Amino acid sequence: MSTATPTKAPVYDNREAFADELCALAREDERIVVVCNDSVGSSKLGGFREEFGPRLVNVGIAEQNMVGVGAGLANGGLVPFVSSAAPFLTGRSLEQVKADIAYSQYPVILCGQSTGMAYGELGPTHHSVEDLSWLRALPGLDIVVPADRAETRQAVRLAAARPGPTYIRVGRFKVPDVTPEGHVLERGRWSILREGADVALVATGTMVHGALVAAETLAASGIEATVVNAAYIAPLDLDLLDELAGRVEAIVSVEEATLSGGLGAAVASRIAQRPTTRPAVRLLGVHDEFAPTGSNEFLLDYFGLTPEKIVEASTEALRHA
Amino acid sequence: MLSVDEAQVARWRGLRDEISRAAAAEKVSLLAAEATRHRADNLRTIDAAQQGHIGGDMSITDVLTTLYYAVLDIDPGDPDADGRDRLVLSKGHCAAALYTVLSSCGYFSPSELPTFMAPLSPLNGHPNRLKVPGVEANTGPLGHGLPIATGIAKAAKLRGASNRVFVLLGDGELQEGSNWEAFMAASHFKLDNLVAVVDRNRLQQGARTEDTNSLDPLPERLSAFGWEVREIDGHDFTQLLAAFTPSTSGRPVAVVAHTIKGKGISFMEDDVAWHHKVPSPEQVEAALKELV
Repeated sequence: MSTATPTKAPVYDNREAFADELCALAREDERIVVVCNDSVGSSKLGGFREEFGPRLVNVGIAEQNMVGVGAGLANGGLVPFVSSAAPFLTGRSLEQVKADIAYSQYPVILCGQSTGMAYGELGPTHHSVEDLSWLRALPGLDIVVPADRAETRQAVRLAAARPGPTYIRVGRFKVPDVTPEGHVLERGRWSILREGADVALVATGTMVHGALVAAETLAASGIEATVVNAAYIAPLDLDLLDELAGRVEAIVSVEEATLSGGLGAAVASRIAQRPTTRPAVRLLGVHDEFAPTGSNEFLLDYFGLTPEKIVEASTEALRHA
Repeated sequence: MLSVDEAQVARWRGLRDEISRAAAAEKVSLLAAEATRHRADNLRTIDAAQQGHIGGDMSITDVLTTLYYAVLDIDPGDPDADGRDRLVLSKGHCAAALYTVLSSCGYFSPSELPTFMAPLSPLNGHPNRLKVPGVEANTGPLGHGLPIATGIAKAAKLRGASNRVFVLLGDGELQEGSNWEAFMAASHFKLDNLVAVVDRNRLQQGARTEDTNSLDPLPERLSAFGWEVREIDGHDFTQLLAAFTPSTSGRPVAVVAHTIKGKGISFMEDDVAWHHKVPSPEQVEAALKELV
């Protein structure tokens, strides 16, 4: 199995952290149920099925019905986690996500699994790079992208406690822990993993570790980077973003998602409201192209999402700042 | 969010008790009188808004009246009561029909009806559960109500609750594939607490359903998907009351209610033009003469 970035640190599967925490929560709260679309294996829900039997509602390969059933279960007083491969959960059911979940404000937790280009060689039909753009357009829907297993566990708890809906974006490949011991994930809050005065790398999910690696390389050449773990895409941490914009020379956003409307677009549109032209902004992500065939690792390199490319983009941005 | 109208709730309670105690023939005449009143109020609402979907409103008025006055286990004074029966209006464009009946039950004051579709009114062109008590889901795009109702019915089963769930679908709406995903799932889950009422008026926005994308043989199709099918005249209160008795088959129930679009207003009946046409003042006057 390849990982998003070469690393010697131990790596962990966020899907397992997600499934473990979901089971722990279900033991404490009998309102917790899971809805899936024949995705027990890919969502790591075998343990949940074994332990909670009928509380796993498998609707078969029928994503529009899956999301509508989730809305109905919430109406009936339960707390449903609707879990599926992200491209189908978000794309195929987009209108259900809009009308039944976001517009109706049902407390449903939509769990998009294997996001970004995790299914590299399976092609763009199976990539979930549009999800952030699609869902960010929907008012009232929280979007949280945990960076490691601790955040994944906390995201499950935060979402379940919320009276409205949340989308949790869970990657497929193992990633290192990036948040410090005792880190607390708060709704709508980003966290700073490293301080530096020159450039802020605002990364999300699978890209956070790569941003930390890039920061080390930059430091070796005398450029100090702040690394921000942008766990919430909605609501955005505007306070922290504004604060960063006031003190660094450049901001580089990094996401395993399309640039048309995701994290970078959100950052850029906020920075564009500033009265000055500073800081310089660069957006790294999937540009306007359906991905060619290749592994996840190949595609991250192809779209400039490796630590080396983050370093290049940061250096270039500072040159023009 | 609109608030409950206690006086209206008291009226609803009185009439519902009277209907429940009445002998069969009297039950029918009480429901018929109430439905006629709803048709007139619905017409006035659309006249005030100069917008709406009057044809489909009229075709479901008898179904809604029967459900809210003789079938649903609800308390309009406590719209979110945990064990309540639910009705999901999947054909959300017929919001005015639902609003008329909900306000008559006291979920909110009937005096709000003239604000239908006015700027900032809670009475949107399609129902919104966060603004209107008694509305269970925000509907409008077609093919959404049955999956939601399936989820509500499944929740009741998981919780061991005895409430029932009704969903009112347009017949043209069944051209949306999401319904058939839900028909499959509901019968697989053996949701005998779920009732799907199909408003079989045979007209959709642009033409007859059978000339657009045919649904016949509808009862056989529903039956093949594992549902208990009850086929009725959707304007006959005796048949409506019988159709809403609980399932004894262990399967979800599909009520194919044969209805007439524009029912009760002679010049609108079974005419595709009245999907969302607004009547002129003269037509409103003529229609009210038939209804009052």
